[in-house]
Amino acid sequence: MSTTIASSFLTDHNFRSVLYIVAFSLFIYGLSGLTGPKTAVRGNRIAAVGMGVAVIATLLVDPLHDIGLIILGIAIGTAVGVPAARRVKMTQMPQMVALFNGVGGGAVALIAWVEFRTSGGFADVPTYVAIFSVFAAIIGSVSFWGSNIAFAKLQELIDGKPVTIGALQTPLNALLGLVAVACGVAIVAGQHDEWLMLLLLVSAAILGNLLVLPIGGADMPVVISLLNAFTGLSAAATGVALNNTALIVAGMIVGASGTLLTQQMATAMNRSITSVIAGGFGGTVEAAPGAAGIAGGTVRSTSAADVAIQMAYARQVVVVPGYGMAVSQAQHAVREMAKLLEAKGVEVKYAIHPVAGRMPGHMNVLLAEADVPYEQLKEMDDINGEFGRTDVSLVIGANDVTNPDARNKADSPIYGMPILNVDESASVIVLKRSMSSGYAGIDNPLFVNPKTSMLFGDAKGSVSEISEELKVL
Amino acid sequence: MLVTNLAILVLAGFVGYAVISKVPNTLHTPLMSGTNAIHGIVVLGGIILLAEGAASGTLNKALLVIAVAFGTINVVGGFLVTDRMLEMFKAKPKELVEADAEDGK
Repeated sequence: MSTTIASSFLTDHNFRSVLYIVAFSLFIYGLSGLTGPKTAVRGNRIAAVGMGVAVIATLLVDPLHDIGLIILGIAIGTAVGVPAARRVKMTQMPQMVALFNGVGGGAVALIAWVEFRTSGGFADVPTYVAIFSVFAAIIGSVSFWGSNIAFAKLQELIDGKPVTIGALQTPLNALLGLVAVACGVAIVAGQHDEWLMLLLLVSAAILGNLLVLPIGGADMPVVISLLNAFTGLSAAATGVALNNTALIVAGMIVGASGTLLTQQMATAMNRSITSVIAGGFGGTVEAAPGAAGIAGGTVRSTSAADVAIQMAYARQVVVVPGYGMAVSQAQHAVREMAKLLEAKGVEVKYAIHPVAGRMPGHMNVLLAEADVPYEQLKEMDDINGEFGRTDVSLVIGANDVTNPDARNKADSPIYGMPILNVDESASVIVLKRSMSSGYAGIDNPLFVNPKTSMLFGDAKGSVSEISEELKVL
Repeated sequence: MLVTNLAILVLAGFVGYAVISKVPNTLHTPLMSGTNAIHGIVVLGGIILLAEGAASGTLNKALLVIAVAFGTINVVGGFLVTDRMLEMFKAKPKELVEADAEDGK
């Protein structure tokens, strides 16, 4: 094995370091391509090339050990990863990302564990290596288990509603965190017993489970991007421990971007990251089913034919998609309807709330899949000024992000959350399966607004019916 | 070495923040799955420990093979999924879109 292609130049330590610099430059250059839809595909591929360069660089050691095992690992990973990525439906994208994120965190934790085992419990390495490895082990383990729970919730393998153990939750989480950190401190301070490392990994694992279990569906975008940041930071810590610049830079970039995204998501919901983590949003607020709020008006239901007529004679229609559109896979039907409307001279736009769906930008991906032109997808701040001159707002399976209580009712759990001001448009049509409340478990006065009419039924079915009616108009 | 690495760490954090803050909301899902793929770079850690012969014993090697497999799933899956998503954002040539519209009727 040792005398393969490896010449002394190729295996020179500095040459490898240069390749790592090339690799992370490609990551940064590639990611900066993601700022626009035209350059994004290329950007992603450039980053992938960077990854290839980095992997090749690691193999340029002489002698090269265990190449068979390395190939085995890569082969298994490819055999699992490629079909999964090829087959996944766009609606299932959030859980796919959660799963990929989880295995990354798992790899970090495993590597830290092996480092511990092969260095006599960090006995023969500098202290800082022990510190960063312990950090990587804790965060990696939390991220692995947390992501798996997020996956299971989104895939509906377990109940998507918050699962809590009541008042014990916070103290228990704190205790688990404390145990993990205490083990870490003991290891860094010079304890070499392996059970300390195992206890650290296990308590971090349980913590990962308990952190994500109480989190309801609507908070998932925040959690997924937070876990993404976690895995990035743990990869960076692994990089410091292994003295590998490519790992440090790549991990930190992900850590920073994940943190930034998490903040943006939390701001978009007017909630702090800590309150999201504290969880239980969907479960605790529905004690009083808000009879006062919604009983004040009556719900008017309408028919597909009426909706079609109303929209056909509108100047501007704004579609407001939410998780309901994703669930019923209605994006293609929506696009079809929009084409029919456009053929009648109606201007169609899409208003995308930052936290609509189950991950940041979820709705955009679905609508892009249905070939909705990128220019028609409007962010909240851009579209909110336009509702005033919109004739019809068509709300498809969105609820909390249109709830006027967020503006008006100071004691509402979502008070202060920026919303799409659909109630400013001349009329509102809400497609909804039933009168149940959204994930936040709160009533939406929009539904009893005199301007609003409801079209009950599966979103895809309803939209297709509207299209049929539009065709015969 | 540690100080140099810490300097790189901090600078990379700022670079990441600067690059990512320019990405529009619309592209947040591909951004997330793209960065998700990038942290799969931890696969390098597993490869390095194996390639340098740092790990001996069946358990150590088995754990590292799993780590490499996990990291590879993260990298390969992440980049592929991102590619699929981004392809959809690319504007199609106009005739093609209209041809699709005809098909749809």
